[in-house]
Amino acid sequence: MSKFNKKKDGDLPAVSTASLPDIVFMLLFFFMTVTVMKDSTLKVENTLPNASEVKKLEKKDRIIYLYVGKPTREYQKVFGTESKIQLNDKFADVSDVGSYILQERAKKAQELQNVLTTALKVDKNANMGIISDIKQELRKVNALKVNYTTYEGDAFRNLQ
Amino acid sequence: MPRRKGAPEVNAGSMADIAFLLLIFFLVTTTIETDAGLDRMLPPMEPPDEDVVIKQKNIFTVNINKNGQLLAEEELTDLKDLRTKAIAFLDNGGAASGTPDYCSFCKGKRNPESSDNPSKAIISLKNDRETPYGTYITVQNELVGAYNDLRNREAQRLFRRDFTEMEAAFLNPETPQSVRDELKEKVQQIKDLFPQKLSEAETSTN
Repeated sequence: MSKFNKKKDGDLPAVSTASLPDIVFMLLFFFMTVTVMKDSTLKVENTLPNASEVKKLEKKDRIIYLYVGKPTREYQKVFGTESKIQLNDKFADVSDVGSYILQERAKKAQELQNVLTTALKVDKNANMGIISDIKQELRKVNALKVNYTTYEGDAFRNLQ
Repeated sequence: MPRRKGAPEVNAGSMADIAFLLLIFFLVTTTIETDAGLDRMLPPMEPPDEDVVIKQKNIFTVNINKNGQLLAEEELTDLKDLRTKAIAFLDNGGAASGTPDYCSFCKGKRNPESSDNPSKAIISLKNDRETPYGTYITVQNELVGAYNDLRNREAQRLFRRDFTEMEAAFLNPETPQSVRDELKEKVQQIKDLFPQKLSEAETSTN
């Protein structure tokens, strides 16, 4: 019976850590669910310009991304240093933009198809020529809502 | 006498360590980022049915050349002065009082040579094919900034709040629906005072 008398009365019991795994698992599941793995590896340089009058892009499911910039060093041998468009994982021509937009639009739910935004992630050293061509293509497929994705910051830093 | 036990209990003490390891991995790889940027609407492909005649004085032309230099209203302008110039143009309110275009809230110089009314004023942006994108964004930013400054001023006067803040609250999906309904009207009212009319001509090649 001495087993039951070991403890003195008044002693603080040790805090049980048995629920620690549960807590950690809870956090783990939270982060697992909110994590978005990058879906396309960038093959172009993509230093976005800065702007101060920005609006946040809410709702990722309503956005189609287009990347524009110089190919990164490993691709420069093949594709040169002229600015290129990247759609998903591939380099593409300006003429492919329209069909890509239509294809992406078809993938979205019916009720979202009219409210899609095209996010243009363009390197700040790109030229406007390619952007104008893209804009023409977007107009052709009636994807009129565009967002020039930028970092938040002082816009005058773009000029340096 | 030895007591019979079932299967021995698995020691769960290291469970926390394993979970922590995974947790740290996901913590590091997670990027909870929302992209931000400048929203623009492109003009539709089909030209409007009837040709609209726009008075020259209601158009504010901005030209960017391939070196990133700026020509605003045929004058070489520094990028830093663009916002003030655009505000002066938009807020001019040149129509005489009594005419239908009279702008009651404008605080500009009321120069009859410049824009009649903010709702008539159009900013026309033209750029070269070799204009750097960074410069273009800076110009866009300044022009949007000019509109935002004016809209903020009117929103402060009417609702004692900033327009940009109201709009952000309206666009935020976490704002309760009742608040959004109320904001929608106010945002629209301010937008009607200073409609964003930014026309982008096709690029020139020379």
